[in-house]
Amino acid sequence: MSVEEGTSGNGSRLMNSGMQALCELADEDLLDRLQRGAFAYFSEYTNADNGLVSDTSRAGSPCSIAVVGFALSCYPVAVERDWMSRRAAVALTLRTLQFFWDSEQSEQPDATGFKGFYYHFLDMRSGRRTWQCELSLVDTALLMAGVLTVGCYFDGVGDEENIRHLSDALYRRVDWDWARHGLETVSQGWKPEYGFLHYGWEGYNEATTVYVLGAGSPTHPLPATSFSDWTLTYQWENLLGHDVLYSGPLFTHLFSHAWIDYRGIQDAFMREKRSDYFENTKSAIAIHREYGARNPRGYVGYDRNCWGITAGDGPGNRELRESRRDRRFFGYMSRGVPYGPDDGTIAPWAMLATLPFGPGAALRGTRRLLKTYPEVCLNDRFSSGFNATLQSQGTGWLSEGWFGLDQGLLLMMIENYRTGLIWEITRRSPIVRDGLLRVGFTGGWL
Amino acid sequence: MPHSDSLDGYEPLSQDEFLRRVHPPGWQNPRPQSRYDLVILGGGPAGFTAAGFARRQGRSVALVERYRLGGNSLNSGSIPSKSIIRAARVLLSLRDEEEYGAAAFERPLTDFPAVMERIRRIRTRIAESYAVERLHAQGIDVFFADACFSGPHTVMAGEASLSFDKAIVATGARPRSSSIPGLDQVGYLTSDSIFDLTELPKRLGIIGGGPLGCELAQAFCRLGSRVTLVQNEAKFLPCEERDAAELLSMSMSRDGVDTRLNTTVVGARLESGTKWLDTVDDDVKTSIAVDEILLSIGRLPNVDDLGLAAAAIDFEMGQGINVDDFLCTSNADVYAAGDVCNRRQFTNVAESSGLLAVQNAFGTRMERQDQSTIPWCTYCDPEIAHIGMHAREARAQSIPVQAFTVMMQDVDRAITDGQDYGFIKIYVRQGTDHILGATIVATRASELINEMSVIMSTGIGMRRLATILHTYPAQSGAIRMAAMAFVNEPPG
Repeated sequence: MSVEEGTSGNGSRLMNSGMQALCELADEDLLDRLQRGAFAYFSEYTNADNGLVSDTSRAGSPCSIAVVGFALSCYPVAVERDWMSRRAAVALTLRTLQFFWDSEQSEQPDATGFKGFYYHFLDMRSGRRTWQCELSLVDTALLMAGVLTVGCYFDGVGDEENIRHLSDALYRRVDWDWARHGLETVSQGWKPEYGFLHYGWEGYNEATTVYVLGAGSPTHPLPATSFSDWTLTYQWENLLGHDVLYSGPLFTHLFSHAWIDYRGIQDAFMREKRSDYFENTKSAIAIHREYGARNPRGYVGYDRNCWGITAGDGPGNRELRESRRDRRFFGYMSRGVPYGPDDGTIAPWAMLATLPFGPGAALRGTRRLLKTYPEVCLNDRFSSGFNATLQSQGTGWLSEGWFGLDQGLLLMMIENYRTGLIWEITRRSPIVRDGLLRVGFTGGWL
Repeated sequence: MPHSDSLDGYEPLSQDEFLRRVHPPGWQNPRPQSRYDLVILGGGPAGFTAAGFARRQGRSVALVERYRLGGNSLNSGSIPSKSIIRAARVLLSLRDEEEYGAAAFERPLTDFPAVMERIRRIRTRIAESYAVERLHAQGIDVFFADACFSGPHTVMAGEASLSFDKAIVATGARPRSSSIPGLDQVGYLTSDSIFDLTELPKRLGIIGGGPLGCELAQAFCRLGSRVTLVQNEAKFLPCEERDAAELLSMSMSRDGVDTRLNTTVVGARLESGTKWLDTVDDDVKTSIAVDEILLSIGRLPNVDDLGLAAAAIDFEMGQGINVDDFLCTSNADVYAAGDVCNRRQFTNVAESSGLLAVQNAFGTRMERQDQSTIPWCTYCDPEIAHIGMHAREARAQSIPVQAFTVMMQDVDRAITDGQDYGFIKIYVRQGTDHILGATIVATRASELINEMSVIMSTGIGMRRLATILHTYPAQSGAIRMAAMAFVNEPPG
């Protein structure tokens, strides 16, 4: 599977032995290489017929709709940076949106979606539900964030008009209000075999996008009270010397910011705390760095310039006896700071993804990581997880292949740091704007 | 209360001795007085405390107990569970001895009968505090009988009719039963029966991830059972804050407990001598093979067969006796105390409500139960203790709240003790130094929370707390560290 003409950033080309080591590059060159390396993931792992993108690079991986949302959002970057022709980007975007519009929306267990939402994982070829997965609210929200991004970016005529039309239609079809199931806040998902899942969201996390996009809907909006009810579960804490709206895994402080510029805008909670979500992510990063410095469990590699504990791949569930004590490791899971879980696994992409919030620390840490453990970035593309404590044959444990979410998030965050492109696009979206206003955001660019 | 007849707790104390204290065989109920100032139904912590307090005030008191003095706390609750938890903790620590420098040696197997024998010895020893002689010596008439109101001012204690000016219902609560299909036929244990086990179950299935379910899951796992803990909610200890519950979940997993959250037991069956629990997690169905089942889904107030209607006392079957803030029932001369009327079913609450019921029944000034400074603890490892408000409760009341958190992994004494999992978190009303509540997750959270209890009861704020010297190193130093973080906040 590969994307048609105009795409570049081929992984094997980047393996060229004559290329300069990453850690020796100047900042702009380093960012360019890593951004292109990340984009190459989409080139390699997209089904060009329907626009679906693999969750991971591993054989047999299904499509993750969230990764499609990230991929769509990256096409404008690729156009602006001339990695992809506008024509190719438009064609691929249109095929993607058309697939989602045409695919089956029903209660059938193998449909692609229902009520405008989509199943978390889809078969790469047929686009139907796979793995008996859930109709996912947060993943649909991330998909819709991408859908809205291309709907705002492609402002030309012809096919670009069709993109705008489909973007609007897909978003309007999502029945956010249904997802409340009569309650104030939303469930995390639904299954045709079962109904709404037990799980909701407690405490701050990446669900902000769900609530903001849900509130902005002109057709099936979430009531504004959904968001405020959710914020009742927030925890404002002083942790390791920093005030923060707590959430453990680093990615939860980043996902919403990939699309929306939260600088200077405040909801009721942040007004009360005299902060904003952007400043809050800065605090979270400070806590992650402080945790790395304190390294309470004595993991190899951790320090103030080596951090990045988040959701991602891990060594797998196993226990080892080391230094006369038991060490426990986990597989794919959501790791967090400072409450844990923490098994010594970091996400090598995570430090760089914090670039807009503090370029100094992000670059310093990334350079250090690339110098000490160059294996974490194969083909200019970061792996999902690395554990220097769990050594085998002289090297730490490394997650196999790549994960699409990591690549998309990193690419967007680098771009937001370099040009603010994605933020600038979504600021033009009346839906994003209405959603933010309806849940109570004011100030700044609003 | 003093324990007069044992020096070290390990001298032989028989079951006969236990019964002699809490319900002597062949006990003859006294001849009732013509009228009592106070009749108390139930001889658990609430009733026992109320009886002594009323006598010290010169009231004539009768106490009616259906089963054994000491209530759930002594017989099947706090005392036996804390005893088995201690045994499990000691056995676990022997597995970690190498880290502390002991040479490796073969790990001991659990001598389960010895564990249970120790529990019985401890229970007998502590039963002295609840001994019938103590009540008798104070001039309290004790009736071992079923109690049932026969009118607004009379209670039948078996065949005896007791007239009263005031009464306190303190009949406690019992383990809640379940309508899970097949469970009755398969047979299950509750907190009332699990401490009668004579053999360690190889596989133990526990239904319910509240405090008792979690405590016993971890304890039996450490003793050597293969434990599966099934909870039909998204987290264990639903009343506690998420980070505490998640830390406990990780700790139980580390011990080897098979934890199943969001999972409902939909059926139980017996096949070829094995008990099976059929479960559903959303749409995923699984079956768990076990040798014993512990049902631990909460406690049901004992309100049945008490003739409450005859005394015009309002109650709800699943909720218990309705009382006002002063513990008075719908019968102005009848009060209630302890688990039969309190949402917080803890021994400390039972005892204090027993005292308050007496005070309000006879005093000239009524006082309310202070819910804001009730400390409680779940005795897992690490322990999870709480007092006052949770952040969520404060936010629901539009109180701006900030938490000051100290991780135990940053507390020197916790590090030297190898007890550095957990945290202490103090909730403060934003813009002030007023403490709203605290959550402590630590090996000895049950002790540390009492410092917070004193602090909150005396109105000490974060600024003052930051100046109060603690020994160094001490795990309680974490409490002061949180206050130091408060005073070191940049003004804003």
